[in-house]
Amino acid sequence: MYLSQFLVLSAVLFSIGVYGVLARRNGVLVLMSIELILNAVNINLVAFGAFHGNIAGEVFALFVIAVAAAEVGVGLAIVLLIYRNRRSVDLDQVDTMRG
Amino acid sequence: MPLTFAAEASPIVEVSGWFLEHVWIAPLLPFLSFLGILFFGKRLPFKGAELGIAAVGLALLFSSITGVQWITELNSADDEAIRIVEEKYEAEHGGEEAAALAADGSSVEIAAGSDGVVLAASESAVEAENPVELVEEEGAAVPIVETAWDWFVNGGETFQISFIADGLSVTLLFVVTLVSLLVHVYSTDYVAGDRRYTHYFAFLSLFTSAMLFFVTSGNIIQMIVGWELVGVCSFALIGHWWEEKENSDAALKAFLTNRVGDIGLLIGMILLFFAAGSMSVIDVNAAAVAGEIDHLVLLVASCALIAAVMSKSGQFFLHTWLPDAMAGPTPVSALIHAATMVVAGIYMVARLYPVFWEGLSIDGSSLNLLAIVGGVTTLVGASLAFVQNDIKKVLAYSTISQLGYMALALGVGAWTAAIFHLFTHAFFKAGLFLGSGSVAHAVHSFDMKKDMGGLRKHMPQTYKTFLICSLALAGLPPLAGFWSKDEILVGTGGWGLFGGSGANGAYTVMLAMSMVTAALTAAYMTRVIYLTFFGEHRGHDEAHLHESGRRITVPLWILAGLALVAGFVNFPPGFQLVPDSWQERFGFYVEPRPGVETFPIIGHAKPSWSLAIASIIVVMLAIGAAFWYYFVKVEAASKAAGRSLTELPNGPTSRFALARAGHTVLRQKYYLDHLYTGVIAAGTKGPIAKATYWVNQNVIDRLVDRTGETAVKAGTFVYEQVDQKVVDGVVNGSGIASYGAGGELRKMQTGKVQFYAGIMFAAATLLAGVFIVFL
Repeated sequence: MYLSQFLVLSAVLFSIGVYGVLARRNGVLVLMSIELILNAVNINLVAFGAFHGNIAGEVFALFVIAVAAAEVGVGLAIVLLIYRNRRSVDLDQVDTMRG
Repeated sequence: MPLTFAAEASPIVEVSGWFLEHVWIAPLLPFLSFLGILFFGKRLPFKGAELGIAAVGLALLFSSITGVQWITELNSADDEAIRIVEEKYEAEHGGEEAAALAADGSSVEIAAGSDGVVLAASESAVEAENPVELVEEEGAAVPIVETAWDWFVNGGETFQISFIADGLSVTLLFVVTLVSLLVHVYSTDYVAGDRRYTHYFAFLSLFTSAMLFFVTSGNIIQMIVGWELVGVCSFALIGHWWEEKENSDAALKAFLTNRVGDIGLLIGMILLFFAAGSMSVIDVNAAAVAGEIDHLVLLVASCALIAAVMSKSGQFFLHTWLPDAMAGPTPVSALIHAATMVVAGIYMVARLYPVFWEGLSIDGSSLNLLAIVGGVTTLVGASLAFVQNDIKKVLAYSTISQLGYMALALGVGAWTAAIFHLFTHAFFKAGLFLGSGSVAHAVHSFDMKKDMGGLRKHMPQTYKTFLICSLALAGLPPLAGFWSKDEILVGTGGWGLFGGSGANGAYTVMLAMSMVTAALTAAYMTRVIYLTFFGEHRGHDEAHLHESGRRITVPLWILAGLALVAGFVNFPPGFQLVPDSWQERFGFYVEPRPGVETFPIIGHAKPSWSLAIASIIVVMLAIGAAFWYYFVKVEAASKAAGRSLTELPNGPTSRFALARAGHTVLRQKYYLDHLYTGVIAAGTKGPIAKATYWVNQNVIDRLVDRTGETAVKAGTFVYEQVDQKVVDGVVNGSGIASYGAGGELRKMQTGKVQFYAGIMFAAATLLAGVFIVFL
């Protein structure tokens, strides 16, 4: 087993996620991209845990999954509310915090 | 008898007692009444007088019990001392001899001193045949009872508040409270209806409290505090009727003259503190007795303290405030002159006696500063009393003269005689002052020549008490003044003529001065009696004259009674007319005993009949001469002239230039006031004022002007250049800068979440790069 394969996979996933977060206009897709970033992290955690023979990595991955679930719940609720107010989930139009 | 044994014959026995250890209550009582009168006096039914009388009455009760306790404690201490001596003797010589000794001691009459040899304590200790007898004669040595609290500690020096009780302070407690109580009662009538009645009683209480505090204070700081408090109260009371310029001037004069002496007090006390290393009176005295302080230091300190005595106790040449102090209400004069203020100086000398004893080398000399000051004062006072027309001023000069007696007595080493004279003088002088007040209450004046005369018919009570007190002052037996005055004459030890012997040295000059004063005193009191109570009334409104009320006459009678009997407390030793146990009681209980390490061993002169008789003859001659002049010659001249005269129309002053000149000198009070105000004060203040004015105009004002101009110029410059340009510029600049920065920065706040995320990721990448490259 090569650690670097998993790390490369995770780096690719992370980069795809970052691209999605920065480039996509749709709020739902941004949330999904965040999920990709989190999963990249999970892969890292599990890979290092297995590599070092330490269960802590897997345990942290489980925590991240749980937190991610909660985060998606809150995020989708926000997106839903934005949609109800504006009939759109285009993030470019959501700039009421503009200074 | 082994000598070592005899030398230890007076064992030191400490005494204690609740009242002796709580003497601080005595000053506290009148102080509380001072506060009470000040805050609630006006709302009370008797305007605060009742508070003052109650507090001083309680203080008198307290002082009396303290006195009784002191005497009983002293007696039991004597018994204890005899027991100690007997036990010691028994241990050394076996039982039989001791028993014989005890029997012997009680039956043998006091033999020491009967051969006319000086009865110095140390010598008698050697002479005495057996120790029990010696202890019975001299008593146990009883140290001062001291109660002390630590006040604060600074620089390793502990400052204490301490109160002391011994024969001296207990005597003063009694005298002060008794006279003060009588003055309080008297005042309720005398100043009735006064506009500052309550204020008056408040200050009477404070005055009493200050004096009690002074006589019970156990360290020199407290003594200074008490001393100054007494001065302040006298200032307030002398100036009680300050609306008249004369009275407020007199108050100021009293205060300022006392300040002159206070400098001496401070210097003396500071010297003593650094010499003895302690504030405690007991330590200072012990150090002086033990010879631990350099003689020169003691000499300088005692001279400085004598300056304080001169001002406070009215000694020549700082006495001039005292007659002017008569501007105050008469009861206040009585209080000041009999019990409180003026005896403070005498008390201070008596309290710190070892300092003077060693410093002035009183023992064995025949002249020293204190004795000279006292002697000159007594003569000056007595001679000036002759020419006064104001009855209170006569009494004031008489007080100066009597205080001179006391200072003289202390100066020649007759400690007990001085305190005894203080004791008796307090009663008859208070009686005289209150009597003069009673007279003035009737005639509304103090001028004997204009407004008095013939008052004995109208004021019999006042007349009788005044006569008794006058005779006591003149020193006729058996009245109080005779015993104390004669003890002072004896104490001078200078009467080689009369077969006596000196105790502490032969002060022959002082004896002569005292004799002359005794004659003068008798003569001027005869003059006062004639001018006030005899002849025909010279004032107006003779029909309205009446005796004063009971609140005035009862104190008068009490004081007259005391003037009659107060002398009996101290019959001279060897006085054959009374039993041995009545002799010298005052000295026995009041004077510190030989063996007390805070008191020098002073000698006691042996009284002699010849001196007593000589002094009586002198007094009788003086009274006779004055009587002949006033009661015979002036009376006859009055009858011839058909009106009451006060002088012979062709008296010696109008016939002889020398007598006239002398009279003028006396009328002008030896020109001392002229010297002080005209020469010293005017001579210094004129040129000094001119110089000060010039300096003020040319130096100080110019300096101030220049400073002002420069300040204005500097201010303008600072405003235009610094404030307007630098400070304001900085403030405005920072405002503009932040406005611009804000304008730029707000452009970054797009509100777009992806822009922020982009920045975040860019920063994270950047940081990651930094970490990879540098770590």
